[in-house]
Amino acid sequence: MSFPLSFCSLALLAADRQTASRLISLHSPDIAIIAVYFAMVLGIGVYLRRYTKRGEDFFLAGREMTAWVAGLSFVSANLGALELMGWAAATYQYGILAAHWYWIGAIPAMLFLGIIMMPFYYISKTHSVPGFLRLRYGESARALAATMFTFMTLFMAGIDMYAMALVLKVVLGWDINFSIWVSSITVAVYVALGGLFAAIFNEVLQFFLIWLGALLIPILGLMETGGWSGLVARIHQNFPQGDYTHLWRTMGSFAGNPMGIHWTGIVFGLGFVISFGYWTTDFLVVQRILAAKDIRAAKLAPILGSYFKMAVPFIVILPGLLGLAVLPFKLVPASAVGPGQHSYNEVLPLMLARYCGPGLLGLGITALIAGFMSGMAGNVSAFSTVWTYDLYRSFFKKNAADDHYVKMGRWCTILGVLISIGTAYLVMQFASIMDYVQALFSFFIAPLFGTVVLGMLWKRASPAGGFWGLLCGTVSSIGMWALVRANPHMLAYIALSSNAKPMAENMYRALWSWIVCVTVTVVVSLLTSPKPVEELTGLVYGCTELPSEGHLPLWKRPIFWAAVSLVIFLLLQWIFW
Amino acid sequence: MSESHGMVPVWFFVGVILLIYGVVILATGLYEFSHPPATVLAYLHPAIWWGALLTVVGGVYVYVYLPRKS
Repeated sequence: MSFPLSFCSLALLAADRQTASRLISLHSPDIAIIAVYFAMVLGIGVYLRRYTKRGEDFFLAGREMTAWVAGLSFVSANLGALELMGWAAATYQYGILAAHWYWIGAIPAMLFLGIIMMPFYYISKTHSVPGFLRLRYGESARALAATMFTFMTLFMAGIDMYAMALVLKVVLGWDINFSIWVSSITVAVYVALGGLFAAIFNEVLQFFLIWLGALLIPILGLMETGGWSGLVARIHQNFPQGDYTHLWRTMGSFAGNPMGIHWTGIVFGLGFVISFGYWTTDFLVVQRILAAKDIRAAKLAPILGSYFKMAVPFIVILPGLLGLAVLPFKLVPASAVGPGQHSYNEVLPLMLARYCGPGLLGLGITALIAGFMSGMAGNVSAFSTVWTYDLYRSFFKKNAADDHYVKMGRWCTILGVLISIGTAYLVMQFASIMDYVQALFSFFIAPLFGTVVLGMLWKRASPAGGFWGLLCGTVSSIGMWALVRANPHMLAYIALSSNAKPMAENMYRALWSWIVCVTVTVVVSLLTSPKPVEELTGLVYGCTELPSEGHLPLWKRPIFWAAVSLVIFLLLQWIFW
Repeated sequence: MSESHGMVPVWFFVGVILLIYGVVILATGLYEFSHPPATVLAYLHPAIWWGALLTVVGGVYVYVYLPRKS
């Protein structure tokens, strides 16, 4: 999810300025492993070029992905290197509370996407989320969503690129320019050649590399500590004052936990608005599901993805906890790193270096590089689709041949990467830009969820209601953010407590902006004319005949696997309560 | 996913890269018998069994998803 990057990449900036020496030295087997990865992703792009002749192939991978491929790609597009390092760092800082972002902050939303929303996305045959808004609300809502999305996607790709180059500099001592240009050109080449096909293939590849590259850390770590109980005992011994191993027990008050957040913020802000906004309306991830071969695969893909997402804490949260248990020194905030010290952000590379020798180290570093490149490929492939279909075709060239749009997609992939590189260098000069752009991205996601979900579930929602709700929700979110920057005391009103910390501010700001969006949409819709019911077929619950799954045995139905996933999710909450 | 086009399945590519990585890591693990790395739990020889695992998984994927003329 994009929101952890704010603290991670900013902190990495600080780390870069203060960490003089590299953490890890690579050997020839490690270099060989990294080189094979680059050769493989480029080879896949070249190979898939021949299969991307039509727009449907280039932008939606021919709509022929199985549930497994679409599901792995869906999870993988979100499993970036900064995500892994950022949440391992957050775990060292906050303990197992960080797992909320993988469980309540993902699983209910993924199941909701699969069971409730995916049928409408899929049946409408839209190419994108802004495309769905056009069908449901009209051009103005689509133009607003598409414009915001394209700008934010490119900026985010640039920020990710710069942050990753910093990671490689801090961890490996690599030159920033070298990292930016080599990885960006590689992504530009394989996505421009193979389109979404190449992006999805590489995301599936990345999924395996990340798991196999990172899995050794928790396995060897648990061997060293003597299992989970040994791990907990060592953490209590090293940090007797804090509770690092309970998910909910400390969330009864803002002051009772290091995140400074109340359980209502986690449940309603993170678990409902932010999570649902990200997983159900961010086109970067939804695009992977739209590539599914049929409606059953489209419903199953996010449900299968939920199982893998639930397991990710094993390779992200556990290394952070192991850092608390076994590292012979204490990590510090990036802003306080002195000579010979390490920041929270370095916990994952430190654990990698602790257990992995040559070869295994190369695999772990390749997993990080793959995560970065895959995330960037996701951004540029989503950008090229939204730009080509929702802006260029709508406002510049309406009736060109399919081949023309494919060419446009290829060129704007390259252009998108170049703009992202420019953004990376801009961020290098003006680091505060990162704060603003990432905040802008979060401004938009929560209201967009309100607009999309009302559009799918309420046939009375009118085109004017959709547009004004989205606009007012976004503007209100920006207003709250600016208000707190201008007067920090306002945080106590927005986040409902003077003890609230920035993490809590994000949760509550998202919740309020969603409420504003929904309220404005409802009021304006009731005052304006709705779309005729016949125009809502395939778009809205109650106006659409959904395909029956009655002929399938229970174990083949998406609802069955969603129910099993939900039960496992609830069990995890109970076990780590 | 790809049968209708004759496209090589993504699982084949996964198998190839895991097989290559498995062989490289296994070879490194064998070399480490005489030159052990300065890592915690190095005496467990993780590179040997992890390299072997990757080689087997990669080999199975390559064999099962190998593009065949028929």
